[in-house]
Amino acid sequence: MSREDVLVTTAWAEENLSTPGVVFVEVDEDTTAYDGGHIPGAVRIDWKNELQDPVRRDFVDKAGFEKLLSEKGISNDDLVILYGGNNNWFAAYAYWYFKLYGHDSVKLLDGGRKKWELDGRELTTEVPTREKTDYVASEQDLSIRAFRDEVVDAINTKNLIDVRSPDEFTGKLNAPAHLPQESSQRSGHIPSAANVPWAKTANEDGTFKTAEELAELYAEAGIDTSKPTIAYCRIGERSSHTWFALRELMGLQDVKNYDGSWTEYGSLVGVPIELGEK
Amino acid sequence: MSDGCGAPAQTATPADTDTQGQVVLAGKITGNDGPLGGAYVRLLNGDGDFVGEVQASADGDFRFYAASGEWTVRALHASGSGEASIRTGEPGLYEVPVAVS
Repeated sequence: MSREDVLVTTAWAEENLSTPGVVFVEVDEDTTAYDGGHIPGAVRIDWKNELQDPVRRDFVDKAGFEKLLSEKGISNDDLVILYGGNNNWFAAYAYWYFKLYGHDSVKLLDGGRKKWELDGRELTTEVPTREKTDYVASEQDLSIRAFRDEVVDAINTKNLIDVRSPDEFTGKLNAPAHLPQESSQRSGHIPSAANVPWAKTANEDGTFKTAEELAELYAEAGIDTSKPTIAYCRIGERSSHTWFALRELMGLQDVKNYDGSWTEYGSLVGVPIELGEK
Repeated sequence: MSDGCGAPAQTATPADTDTQGQVVLAGKITGNDGPLGGAYVRLLNGDGDFVGEVQASADGDFRFYAASGEWTVRALHASGSGEASIRTGEPGLYEVPVAVS
């Protein structure tokens, strides 16, 4: 798998805004970003209200995903280009989710919304209308999704990569520095996890580092890439970004995203927690 | 607790803001023609490692919740970049204006 198979550049995107069979999708947690201006022709997916189950803590199910994509006018044959703010965190989460439900023809816009804006490319407030489709999803591919019991079993056996900031890893902060620090769960990290913050996989402009740079990064962190790997963060979207780097850019086979992440693990009764630096 | 992880919309932080025991870094991004909206503002720690990023408001405002230590605020915009450093101590509001050119 090469970079071109999973990422498109902003230049490619600009040239393909009107290409039939290519659908641009902005994925954000804060959907007011889309309202203020988006890539021409892009539809929006609201990370919180459209990808998450409104009651249980889980994603929308297969039927929900089919309904969502059908309503967005996305068909099974479309090439979906995902992008978003926050260095593509939520777009990477959506990418993982598209893969989970079997949509293979999906790529990320390298650098996301930030790179597009830093390039000074056009944004529009015009909302496109797309005809409804009859999207059919596959059953979830659980080879890329980790649940809590598997994570507890992975301590000292599989690679656990905590992609949060060092201060969240050591327990000094409970949340990223752009958020207030109130929190209900315990601080710290899963024992035996290595702390490789997601930001180390990206350049300042939000584009991903090269596969060679990524390999060097994880080697320096002492990650044995021949072993299965589980990535986690606080709620599973920054770890989707790292999952993308490990599986899609470096081509590692057995990589899972633990979407329950610290908000689940740090609230479990009885599980081991480590504090401080490793 | 926030159920998301994305950066919230940024607003101005008045000088008399109650930071509720937190170290808050806040300021305004300016360009050649005054306040510059929409810049990507990155918080780096004393080692130069990335800590957080927000997008400045239309008026150039940004805010981070940090701790005591050395910090650099770096702003990226289509029109250029700029940065400013600050050392923080006790909880409170620390103002960090950043000029982009």
